[in-house]
This record gives sequence, C-alpha cells and structure tokens, in this order.
Amino acid sequence: MQKKQNQKAWFLVLPVFLLVSFSAVIPLMTVVNYSVQDSFGNNEFYWVGTEWFIEILNSDRFHAALGRQLLFSGIILAVEIPLGIWIALRMPKKGWGASLCLVLMALPLLIPWNVVGTIWQIFAREDIGLLGHTLAAIGVDYNYTQSAVSAWITVIVMDVWHWTSLVVLLCYAGLSSIPDAFYQAAKIDGASKWAVFRYIQFPKMKRVLLIAVLLRFMDSFMIYTEPFVVTGGGPGNATTFLSIDLVKMAIGQFDLGPAAAFSLVYFLIVLLLSWIFYTVMTAHDEEKSS
Amino acid sequence: MAEIHLKNIAHSYTATPTTPEDYALKALDHVWEDGGAYALLGPSGCGKTTLLNIISGLLTPSKGQVLFGDEDVTTRDTAHRNIAQVFQFPVIYDTMTVRGNLEFPLKNRGLNQTAIDARVEEIAAMLGLTERLQERASNLSADAKQIISLGRGLVRSDVNAILFDEPLTVIDPHKKWELRSKLKELHRQFGFTMVYVTHDQTEALTFADKVVVMYEGEVVQIGTPEELFETPAHTFVGYFIGSPGMNILRATVEGRTATIGKSKIPLSIDYGILGSSGIEIGIRPEFLKLTEGDMATVNAVEDLGRHKIVRLTFEGHNIAALLPECENVPTGSVGLAFDPARTLVYADSHLTKGAN
Repeated sequence: MQKKQNQKAWFLVLPVFLLVSFSAVIPLMTVVNYSVQDSFGNNEFYWVGTEWFIEILNSDRFHAALGRQLLFSGIILAVEIPLGIWIALRMPKKGWGASLCLVLMALPLLIPWNVVGTIWQIFAREDIGLLGHTLAAIGVDYNYTQSAVSAWITVIVMDVWHWTSLVVLLCYAGLSSIPDAFYQAAKIDGASKWAVFRYIQFPKMKRVLLIAVLLRFMDSFMIYTEPFVVTGGGPGNATTFLSIDLVKMAIGQFDLGPAAAFSLVYFLIVLLLSWIFYTVMTAHDEEKSS
Repeated sequence: MAEIHLKNIAHSYTATPTTPEDYALKALDHVWEDGGAYALLGPSGCGKTTLLNIISGLLTPSKGQVLFGDEDVTTRDTAHRNIAQVFQFPVIYDTMTVRGNLEFPLKNRGLNQTAIDARVEEIAAMLGLTERLQERASNLSADAKQIISLGRGLVRSDVNAILFDEPLTVIDPHKKWELRSKLKELHRQFGFTMVYVTHDQTEALTFADKVVVMYEGEVVQIGTPEELFETPAHTFVGYFIGSPGMNILRATVEGRTATIGKSKIPLSIDYGILGSSGIEIGIRPEFLKLTEGDMATVNAVEDLGRHKIVRLTFEGHNIAALLPECENVPTGSVGLAFDPARTLVYADSHLTKGAN
C-alpha cells in the first residue's frame, strides 16, 4: 500500500521552530553577520572577511581578559568543588538538621545576581560596610576600589558564597543515594575514612560532580553581573573579565564588528573547554563499558 | 574460634525507652555455638536485622553484653570483631576489580602483599572466581557480586562467624539454589559460625541446623526444623512455619478434653483445669483427618498435585486440613478427627505442657 503524503506534521513543529529561530538562530546569525562586516553608520555595511577575527585574536586586550578569565574560573573550580564536597560530606544525613542545612544551603542560590553584587558591594565597603569597616578597624589593608588583590579576593569570595551551595546540593544528592549497607560493609572491611571516601563516596558522586564542574566552569567563565556591580571591571582593568570587556566594546564603544567576532570566539572557547571537561571526565566510564 | 554469647541483650532505637513497645529487640539471652548454622526467621520488622547488627557490632545494644568466648566485645567496633557480614543487596567497590575487592579487607588490616596474594588466590579458587579476578566488579551479575561480598568476609583468616542478612533477596530463583548449596559447602569446609537471616521458611529450614524464630522483637523458639514443625512453642511459630500454617482455635481445656463450641476434642495429656481465658489449641493441617459426621462444612478444595488442602468451617472458625492426593474429598458436612498426640494447647500464645 502506498503511503499517503501528508505534510501536516510541519505545522506541529512550527511553534518550536519559530521559538528557536527567534531566540537562538536569528540573533546568532546577526552576530555572525556583524562579525564579517564593517559599518560607518547610515546602515551601510562593507564586507571585511576574517579581518575582525584576526584583529581580536591578536589583540593584547583580548589576551589579557582571557588570561584573567581563565585564572578566575581556575580559582573558582579549585575552591568551590573541594569545598562543596567537604561540606556535603559533613552535612547531617537525616532529621531536622538535614532540612535546616538544605534550606541554608539553598538560600544564596535564590538571590538574583545583581542583588548578590549589591550586597557584597556594600558589605565590603571600607566606610559603611560591615566587612570592609571591620577589616580596616583591625588594620588589614583592604580596599577593593583601589587594590587589584582586594578586588579579586572580593569577587572570588562573593562567587564562592553564591555558588558553592550548588556543588554542595549536587554532591549531597549523590551521597544520599548510597545505601547504608555500603558504609556498614566498609566498617566490617576495616576501611579508613579516606578509603570510604575514595572507594564508596567519590565514585557515587562522580556523575553529579561532572555536572557541578561543568556548570560552575561555564557560569564562572561567563560571569558578568556580580563583578560588574561590585568593581565595574576595576580597579584599572584588574577584574575586566571577558564578558565585561565584550560589553564595553559592543555597547560602550559601539564597535559592532570586533565585538561580534569577540562573541563568536568567546562562545567557541566555552564550547571547546566544556567539551574537553566532559570528555576527560567521562573517559573513564566509557573505558569501563567498552 | 569461640561461641558467641548474647547476655540479656535488649535494644531500643529511642533514647529513653519506657514501654516494652519501644524495644525493637526485647530481652534475649542466647549462646550461638561455635560452628553452628543458624537461621534467624521472622516477618519483616521483627528485630532480625537489629539482632544481627548487634552481633556484628554495627549497633551497640541498649542493655546487656555480647561475649565472644570469654571476651566482652559489647563496645568493640566492627572492624575489630572476628565477624563478617553479607548484606541484602550486594555491596561491592565499583571502581575496583574482583581482586581489588577481595584484597580490600586485608589491605586495610595492613597485611603484606605476598600474604594477601596467597590468601586471595586461595579464596578465589574456592569461590570459583579465579578466572574473573582481573574483571571489573561492577560489570558482574548480582549473584557474582554477592559471592564477592562473601569472599571479602572469607579472605580474613580471623573471621569465625559470618552473618547473612537476607543475602538471596535479589538473586534469580535458579541461582538461589546454587548459591545456597555453595554456602552450605563452604560452611562445612571452613566451620565458621553462620547466622542467616531470612523471612523465607524454606530457606531457613533447608539451610540451618537450628532455626531461631523471632516475633515482635522476641525470640519465640529456637529449635531444629523438626521441632518447629512438630511442637511449635508459640502460636506464631505454628502459623509461620508450614504451609498452610497451624490451625489455632480458641477453646476451653479441662483435664484431657478441649471444648470448642459443641465439639469435644480429646487430648493426650491431662492439663488440669485451664479454663478458657487465653487458651487455644493448635493442630497442623497434616494431622487433621476427615471422617463421616457433621462437625464441619467443606468450603473449598485446593489441589496442589501431591496433596490437597481442604478449607473447612468448624464451630465458626476457618480451618484447613491436608489430605494425600489419592484420597477422595467429601463435600458438605464432614466429621473431624484430631490426632490427640498432635493437638497442642497454648496459653497466652505459649505452649503449655500438661500436669504430668
């Protein structure tokens, strides 16, 4: 029997198709469009090919921002992942203590980015902030508007405060999936605390840990709001991360061409690094199943 | 090697137990003989696992002492007791090979590699794992994983008791039989004390020299499978062991006669005057014969091939009788013959012996 041709299904895909077009494909193609053209206003565009890409990839400004960004994400991962695991391991497993801890842990995650920025901006101020003032009072040389080190510390501590909970909650979920029998068997086998972590808890946490690392890497690599609110990228360019630099270029200077090329390069870097993380962390599992 | 003595053990999971109901495990005094094979049988939530965890040291009892031989180990932690435990769900270390799993308890105890290798090879050969030592443990089937769990107990030469907490729950039926025979064989070979928790009576009865039946936190009977079948010490044992379970009937007992409604049932022993409060008689369906008469009504007959179960109504009670396959089952009204020697009397659920 010959099948009757019926094209009605296309109408059913249409809403998703439109949604994805307007939310992703069209804006992305606009950016691609800008990245290969130059404009002197008047809505006139000239084809420039890969010129903007070559310029961005060779610019010291981009290299510096990229360097800062990599350092920032590196520190964030190095602090938040072990700290998150450590806290998750020490959280109570049941009873009211567990609920209390979960609520406390979830609180920072519920606060909007710009509010987090504002909280820390005020909290760390030397004149009126609780933290800044206290530090000044006990004689610590701390001022995030003038010292690059202070600014970095502030931004990192803020991010740790805001996002470590996410790692904690993910790890905690991984840990609570371990049946009691595993701990009991480990006790009978005479396993040390470290062995229990190494052979029971860590393997069970690995899957969620992968998600935590990916999320924290991507988010920290694309961080904008919090450092923008607290330091505005300063002092100098000390905390000008990629996204802050990009916004300065695109909206501050209105260099649409270079900014578009910048965005695409930025996007590809995030994609590439995420892929590397994912590949490295799942390599072990694949080896096992093959 | 030593016997395990539980001295007046009781355990409660609440901090300040006041009523007997607060106790998951009520007063218990029992000696587990060295090298014995025990089955711990009872319904879910009767305290079997609690008792097991007290022996292995995962729990410290609220009251009483645990003695290994003459040594008091009540407060000693699990790693330092000569005990291994196999759990309901197989516990293996996913990231290790089979060899890694078997080595683990020995490495934790700081043995040298040569000694570890020798011991692991020996145990692996015994469990039939030699070929698979290099395999990743996480890829194995549930029964192989359970064997590895057991192996981790066996490699330790100090172990003199292995506790099993319903170890065959997740095993395929046809593998169950295989594993059970393997366990029996190992038990004969090593002579360790074996305590085996289960709620499956067939498993308990085929496996153990002695069966410990628990009910609501109490040990109600300890005995050989035969004793449990023939003289249940508690109505629960009668009901739990055997299929169908014992018929338990409220009755008034005087001398050598039990009265249920209008029916008089002869007993083999003189019980004196027991009255009627909390008195029950019990008889297994196997020992109940159908005769001519009109004592009871046949409700249904279940033909199980080798025998038939006859469901009857007798003086308002539902009872069962077991007949051999070839026997014809009358319908309607029948008479009942109670085997006096097999008709037991219970007071407050506990077996009572007659006056003489």
